[in-house]
Amino acid sequence: MYAFTYHKPTSARQAATLLAKKEDAKLLAGGHTLLPTMKQRLASPTALVDLGACADLKGIARKGRNIVIGAMTTHAEVANSAEVQEAIPALAFLAGSIGDPHVRHRGTIGGSVANNDPAADYPAALLALGATVVTNKRKLTAEEFFTGLYETALDEGEIITKVSFPLVSKAGYAKFRNPASRYAMVGVFVAKRGSDIRVTVTGAGEGGVFRWPEAEAALKARFAPKSLDGLKHTAKGINGDIHADAEYRAHLIGVMARQAVAQATGK
Amino acid sequence: MATVSLTVNGKAVTATIDPRTLLVQFLRENLRLTGTHVGCDTSQCGACLVHLDGKAVKSCTTLAVSVDGASVTTIEGLAAGDKLHPMQEAFREHHGLQCGFCTPGMIMSAVDMVNRRGHELDEKTIREDLDGNICRCTGYHNIVKAIAAGAEAMGKGAVPARQAAE
Amino acid sequence: MSATGIGAAVRRKEDHRFITGQGRYTDDVNRPGQAHAYFLRSPHAHAKIKSMDTKVAAGMPGVLGIFTGDDLATDKIGGLICGWMIHNKDGSPMRAGPHPALAQGKVRYVGDHVAVVVAETLAQARDAAEAIAVDYQELPAVVDTAKAIGAKTVVHDEAPDNSVFNWHLGDKDATENAFRAAKHVTKIDLVNNRLVPNAMEPRAAVGDYDAGDGIFTLYTTSQNPHVARLVLSAFIGIAPENKLRVIAPDVGGGFGSKIFIYAEETVCVWAAKKVGRPVKWTADRTEAFLSDAHGRDHVTHAELATDAEGKILGMKVHTTANLGAYLSTFSSSVPTYLYAPLLSGQYDIPAIYCEVDAVYTNTAPVDAYRGAGRPEATFVVERLIEVTARQLGKDPAKFRMQNYIKKFPHQTPVIMMYDTGNYGASMKKALEMIDYKGLGKRKRDSARAGKLRGIGFSSYIEACGIAPSAAVGSLGAGVGLWESAEVRVNPVGTVEVLTGSHSHGQGHETTFAQLVSDRLGIPIDNVSIVHGDTDKVQMGMGTYGSRSGAVGMSAIFKALDKVIAKGKKVAAHVLEADEADIDFADGHFSVKGTDRKLDFGSCALQAYVAHKFNGQELEPGLKEGAFYDPTNFTFPAGVHICEVEIDPETGVTRIERWAAVDDFGNVINPMIVEGQVHGGIAQGVGQALLEGARYNADGQLVTASFMDYTMPRADDLPSFDVGMTVTPCPSNPLGIKGCGEAGAIASPPAVINAITDALGHEDIAMPATPQAVWRAAQKSISRQAAE
Repeated sequence: MYAFTYHKPTSARQAATLLAKKEDAKLLAGGHTLLPTMKQRLASPTALVDLGACADLKGIARKGRNIVIGAMTTHAEVANSAEVQEAIPALAFLAGSIGDPHVRHRGTIGGSVANNDPAADYPAALLALGATVVTNKRKLTAEEFFTGLYETALDEGEIITKVSFPLVSKAGYAKFRNPASRYAMVGVFVAKRGSDIRVTVTGAGEGGVFRWPEAEAALKARFAPKSLDGLKHTAKGINGDIHADAEYRAHLIGVMARQAVAQATGK
Repeated sequence: MATVSLTVNGKAVTATIDPRTLLVQFLRENLRLTGTHVGCDTSQCGACLVHLDGKAVKSCTTLAVSVDGASVTTIEGLAAGDKLHPMQEAFREHHGLQCGFCTPGMIMSAVDMVNRRGHELDEKTIREDLDGNICRCTGYHNIVKAIAAGAEAMGKGAVPARQAAE
Repeated sequence: MSATGIGAAVRRKEDHRFITGQGRYTDDVNRPGQAHAYFLRSPHAHAKIKSMDTKVAAGMPGVLGIFTGDDLATDKIGGLICGWMIHNKDGSPMRAGPHPALAQGKVRYVGDHVAVVVAETLAQARDAAEAIAVDYQELPAVVDTAKAIGAKTVVHDEAPDNSVFNWHLGDKDATENAFRAAKHVTKIDLVNNRLVPNAMEPRAAVGDYDAGDGIFTLYTTSQNPHVARLVLSAFIGIAPENKLRVIAPDVGGGFGSKIFIYAEETVCVWAAKKVGRPVKWTADRTEAFLSDAHGRDHVTHAELATDAEGKILGMKVHTTANLGAYLSTFSSSVPTYLYAPLLSGQYDIPAIYCEVDAVYTNTAPVDAYRGAGRPEATFVVERLIEVTARQLGKDPAKFRMQNYIKKFPHQTPVIMMYDTGNYGASMKKALEMIDYKGLGKRKRDSARAGKLRGIGFSSYIEACGIAPSAAVGSLGAGVGLWESAEVRVNPVGTVEVLTGSHSHGQGHETTFAQLVSDRLGIPIDNVSIVHGDTDKVQMGMGTYGSRSGAVGMSAIFKALDKVIAKGKKVAAHVLEADEADIDFADGHFSVKGTDRKLDFGSCALQAYVAHKFNGQELEPGLKEGAFYDPTNFTFPAGVHICEVEIDPETGVTRIERWAAVDDFGNVINPMIVEGQVHGGIAQGVGQALLEGARYNADGQLVTASFMDYTMPRADDLPSFDVGMTVTPCPSNPLGIKGCGEAGAIASPPAVINAITDALGHEDIAMPATPQAVWRAAQKSISRQAAE
């Protein structure tokens, strides 16, 4: 690691002020992406603004027809939250499948969403559930927020404060883990809100998380795994690496989609 | 430099450190608690597991300064004096270790697993829940047996005082 | 059997320190005034170093010294060595290029050592290393094992066609004749995938120099500290042996990778004198991936000839073995004498011929990894046998039993004289354990659930020990492969045993103490095992090749015999009897036919006070040493059966059942032996399903972390059903054969045979990843649809 100065604000507002003041400053949330990158000297922020003491960034609340999760809420807290389990069980399931138990004790939803790792789980949930990313400056839909590989619409000095998930009638998540890293090699989230059906795919896209319109259309007719039988995602635009080439990943999108629908429908 | 105050294995410690000091470095180099190990650079092997306010975390991916004020339990603090923690006993009884390098992390992970999932752990649960710990020696066979037995023993109330207080 | 004697599942004595965090590994060692080393490594697979400028770096904060290959040369520090001479078919010696600890003019693989920076802190050393300006002239890299010979790129000028050697074993003419007489010939092509050992403790070294006495001390992660001292002293020239102490404290796994003498420990101990401070280095995991010696990496064509009844007539094998960019310490022995002599497997094969091309490439050095040559041989044999059985339409278990060696001793056509065994007994027991009869139903049940189920056999044999020193010397070994022991009896009857074996997970502190407790009839807690320090143990050969039981314990056995013999002399004086009338049993010396006796502790005290005998006729004290040199290799063997279920939709292979029946001869501690089997199987399953080191065409290692190199985790593996049969080894006093490598040797073909059985294919490459299995399953399904 290169040297840096360390700052620990106690509110999002203070954090934003520090972030604006310090050149080359980076926010530290759970640290499970940033710190390994810094250890390898692939990132060299001159200042770290640790959000760990910002009480206003934590917590889970049901607000009307929404579940609102503070940016610094850990994956374990989301997974174990009675509110999330009751309102959107697939979201709790997804959070409980991220990394390993120890990573889930530190990793946060804000950190994951801000990083937009193409193999991360949360982006699939945000996009499928039609979540809103709330920052200290504005509100962004998931479509607006995720702009590409490791790319988001966040401006310099902008901090995610919470993510708001509108309730859905049915949702499910299935993923095929990379055998080595255990990140999502292919993860598919399905959500049904009335006639609005979304199927989102993480881990597989060359440009990060994306929707699968053909599957959404097929599920509109009938929201059941069988509706996806025979439906294949194209290998075009799909990632290939030593663990899975584009053709295999594309195939797995179909398999995971059926499993996710099965989970959503309790079958 | 930054000042950090922690409670480590029940003892208060305060030190002035470079902010880039990882918790595992702080434990190993400043406090000479060398039972916590480093086995990888990518937060995957779990040799560095400690309990932070009662929850298992990877101390190689945690800045010491960012956990200021927290209570840390390492493998050295698990036993109550001469009385081994039941999970430590179970690892010995079931030959859940060979070279011993991953063992502190495995034991801290196992205790955390029991804290999260209770005392009756089946093989499938244990294997899936161990995905943050890598062992190269045992093939996991005896680790799985040890954790199941240790979990059961913990349920019988043989838990040392400090662990119970967490 | 006593509760702590031979054959008892004694809980390990060493565990207390490990489960309480009190183990002492090399990185836990901190010397006063210690500085830190960081190695600047080559980012290129192959390049000339046109120039290197260390001036800026040398002036950076905390820097104590920066050293390059030139500095080593100036100090006349020699290069790293390969300790096993192999001769080409034509009788000429193998072609070994120089292997400097720090590069001299050229780098030959990514991770090769360019320079070292020693600084007050590791961060400062790393900062300075980044400021060293190296002007590289990049060269094309040769990476592919099969294409190395004759490639345009030459790794070492000494080997202009990249051939280290072209070696052979066996009778070519006899084998060709056997093939001419054959009714059926099976031909297969195999790749034995390259693996990274990945002991959980990364390699580390702390070098220290005492200027007062001129003594160097090296703490290092070694499986054989005495061999390290010998090589560092006699060949590399750090210091004479009496001025160099090597300590291998607790070592967190080795699997072969910590046998070898590497650049880093060489440089750390040398640099300690240069900077006048202790110098510490600990690998991070990426460095481990880049610079630990890798394992396997064979490309093989093999053929098996059978007659009309399915009796095996002959075997032909050609293997190309990748040895990487430099010859590591024992690399040349692995694809030769640890490989080809095992090609007879458990089978009566009249004629075998094997030819091996060993090649240089721009990849990390390749050397022994758990099993070393024997897993590669077993993979060839057991894939050939399986494919042959299927082609002949024979039950694979019956085909194996038909061709098993049934009479012992048995001389194979490839050096080995198998002393004893009962292969059919292991197969029968394994078939029962796996419920072979119920396989058909299980296959049907799987099919109903849309899954594919298959079974795979592996009858393996290994040669352990390793062998008489004179024999390995005649085959090219630079060292003898005996072992030493010293038994020191204290005046109160407690015992310290000093052994040249080294424990890095094997549990010697327990098993060796069991032997002593058993033989001397004293409590196991009265026995301490001392190992891993050249100042304490005079000489030893270390632990690898499943040799600590068969060779190390035999040395202890021999020393204990001497202790008992001496004790009898002392007891004869104390009990006022003739020495010939003294018996020793259950911890007591007694006079035949009387009730007069002396317990072991009292005898020890009498030996030291020396009141009851004439010190001129009988030396006081009770301390004996022994060197044990085996008379033959030992031949552990067994049968492993693996049953898998494949999900054709995802390609995921689950191991549903595993039955292992091993014949390790006599067993000292079954709990520890079973643990060794479990761990070995896990590494073999890792090779078959998960692990593979991959270099791209430019020679960059693309699997350089646990993010990309798939380590077996708990949910990748099942629990294993482990059983044993016993034919005691006739060549050592304890009847032990060795158990450390068996699982890793047996398991890869068992897994691949099971997968190919499930898929109805002849072959699938290792590692059989979900993607590979899925693709193969699609072919099976479309072929079945067409049928």
